[in-house]
Amino acid sequence: MSLFRTCPDSGFYFHKSAESLMKVNAVAAAVALLVAGVLGLGVVLTRWQEVHLLDAATFYMVLTGHGINALIFWIIFFEMAILYFASSTLLRCRLAAPKWGWFAFILMIVGAVMNNIAVFQGNSSVMMTSYAPMQAAPMFYLGLILFAVGALIGCFIFFGTLVIAKNENTYEGSVPLVTFGAVTAAVIAVFTIASGAIILVPTLLWSVGYIGHIDAEMYRVIWWGMGHSSQQINVSAHVAVWYLIAGVVFGARPMSEKVSRTAYLLYIFFLQLACAHHILVDPGISSEWKVFNTSYAMYLAVLASMIHGLTVPGAIEVAQREKGFTQGLFEWLRKAPWGNPVFSGMFISLVVFGFVGGITGVVMGTEQINLIIHNTIYVPAHFHATVAVGTTLAFMALTYLLIPVLFRRKVFMPWMAKMQPYVFGGGMTILALFMLGAGTLGVSRRHWDMDFTGALLTFEYAGIAYTMMAIGAIGGVLGVVGGAMYLLVTVGSLLFGEKLEPSAGFLQSFGKGLDASCYSSGDPGRAEAAPAVEHHGSAGFEAPGTFALALLLLVTFIVYYFINWKYLASVWQLG
Amino acid sequence: MTEPTNNPDSEQNERIPAMQALMDNPFLLLFIGVAMPTVFYIIWGIMEIVTLPVAP
Amino acid sequence: MTSFLPPSDRIWWKVPVGREEVVWIAIALTWCLIMFLMMPYWHIYGKQNLSNEAYQTTPAKFGAKVEEMIKAHKVRDESGMPVVAPPAGSDVYMLGRLWQWWPILELEKDKSYRLHLSSMDWQHGFSIQPINVNLQIVPGYEMVLTVTPDKAGEYGVICNEYCGIGHHTMLGKIYVK
Repeated sequence: MSLFRTCPDSGFYFHKSAESLMKVNAVAAAVALLVAGVLGLGVVLTRWQEVHLLDAATFYMVLTGHGINALIFWIIFFEMAILYFASSTLLRCRLAAPKWGWFAFILMIVGAVMNNIAVFQGNSSVMMTSYAPMQAAPMFYLGLILFAVGALIGCFIFFGTLVIAKNENTYEGSVPLVTFGAVTAAVIAVFTIASGAIILVPTLLWSVGYIGHIDAEMYRVIWWGMGHSSQQINVSAHVAVWYLIAGVVFGARPMSEKVSRTAYLLYIFFLQLACAHHILVDPGISSEWKVFNTSYAMYLAVLASMIHGLTVPGAIEVAQREKGFTQGLFEWLRKAPWGNPVFSGMFISLVVFGFVGGITGVVMGTEQINLIIHNTIYVPAHFHATVAVGTTLAFMALTYLLIPVLFRRKVFMPWMAKMQPYVFGGGMTILALFMLGAGTLGVSRRHWDMDFTGALLTFEYAGIAYTMMAIGAIGGVLGVVGGAMYLLVTVGSLLFGEKLEPSAGFLQSFGKGLDASCYSSGDPGRAEAAPAVEHHGSAGFEAPGTFALALLLLVTFIVYYFINWKYLASVWQLG
Repeated sequence: MTEPTNNPDSEQNERIPAMQALMDNPFLLLFIGVAMPTVFYIIWGIMEIVTLPVAP
Repeated sequence: MTSFLPPSDRIWWKVPVGREEVVWIAIALTWCLIMFLMMPYWHIYGKQNLSNEAYQTTPAKFGAKVEEMIKAHKVRDESGMPVVAPPAGSDVYMLGRLWQWWPILELEKDKSYRLHLSSMDWQHGFSIQPINVNLQIVPGYEMVLTVTPDKAGEYGVICNEYCGIGHHTMLGKIYVK
């Protein structure tokens, strides 16, 4: 017998055990984001050369902690909640093995805490990448391994839930598109974690002295199988979140199940090959390997992202036009609910991910162009556009959707929630754009002092590089403010938000359910298929505004891509 | 439950096309999604590293 | 509202796809193929590529080659570091170690050199500024590439792979005359 409730406002089904796990994972994610944000403030205020807040040792420690908490702990905790939501809730099915879900969660918490302790003890300032032969304390690696094992268990609970849903016939036909996106994320997560285990287990043994030598190049190749793929989980997950929000806010339906799912299939096939982006200027790896892998085998995963970039806003446009917003190309967009942070967060995430994160990612992942970008601050600029704006802001938008549905509280301080996506998205976009500029001028990433104080020789960056770093840092500070607003709203909602259910209390943050009377053990009913629609087929352009935006993206892409080739052609001949 | 559809072709008994069947099978997708990068990225990459000649 | 509900069509694979999606996929695929072909194109016609020449080595072995070159072609000292001017077309070496690029090289403009790079200890990032050419330097591996400096001047070599507390002091130099 499994207890469940159906949200009276949204109709979403929540299996009680799954609900508790979603809550604790989301809350743990927010804690990791808090740590990451505070540390991020230290990073930007140090890289702002005129402020230069922290000393070198503290800076590298803080940067290590910032990277791991933001890129690993925040997003993967949140993704666990998404996996449970996309399987149990959307398929109206009990969660497979909730006890294992708790075991996984505890492992992840223990791992995350251990890793953070190791970092803050100060002898593991090795950056997120911990490139051998630089060595961290054993607890650093052990923490990551425990966290990864927990996440792997979570993935298999997700797959197990899919099996149960199929066997118990809780839905008919294919899983919803959002769930299919979660399948994609979970598939990539399994490869990610497997790569992590292959490299981190020997590295742990090496750090305690059982293994004498870790080959630095093998470490790089396999580590990036984890390090880059973990960010590909994000792409799959946040695209699923985009589709979900488009569906919830606008009642939008996918323009074509076939097209959207095939795009996800291309992710499954090819997206992870791009771990090679980090290996493009490494010794000992052939150009054939580099070209094939860095291009996701002929850019087929980029094709997939370009498809989602059309179909997500396209679905919104179609839904809006059906509501009567049909004037011109863009009335549907002008009259979208820009004051609803669920929508604004999702849409800013989509636009910045595409225009800034996506384009720069492909450009610097071009084998030869990487020569003029590798390890400059262009790289973190790129992934702040993809992960901070793309993924993190999409997850923030989803949080505003989930607070009433999952926690049964109204969003606290709605005016602040309304502003938050603009502050966070705007700040992080400024940071990304100006650090892209500074990277083009050669400013290094992971570098304490662009004045090179104490070096035997001297080198001076162009003055404009300092200006760009300063403006980028101001954007970063703004982003931290936006992050703080998010945490104020979410924590405030859990503490003080108006209760939509009298039993909604703060202890929910630790997984406590609502009052027993909210749950029932009867037949939850099946996940009904979407209402049938008239298919327009190839009749005409349903979403001309979106198509125009897509063409704008393409033109920007083409121009920027060839500018970079031109720039490459101007440097020394290399061969 | 009857199929809510307005497409007269999709009879209950019509075979699911192969591509759709592939996408409805998460474990097949899991296999492919792990095998592809393992073969093309990891194994190929490691082979290149271990076959690198020793400096003269 | 189908994005989070099972699809309404049992066989969604056969539902016709809208025209703008078809057109967009065709355009995007074309662009993807162009981008893919640009890389082999540049290998053939471009002037900035990596050679793919690399060897397994050891710090001791690579260090010995560097010292040999310094001994043969040193022209002066600068800030306690040797400045080496090897003949055009020859093999030149630079090593990265905590926290130095060693030695300083003096090259002739428009002449080609076979540049060998490796690390003595941890990973380093060989970054020639201000032209912003960046290579990953990995201990145990010797990377070889042909460089042809085309402008005279003084170039900084910064380390852009984090290598510990003195990372920001790791600065080298290449003169082009």
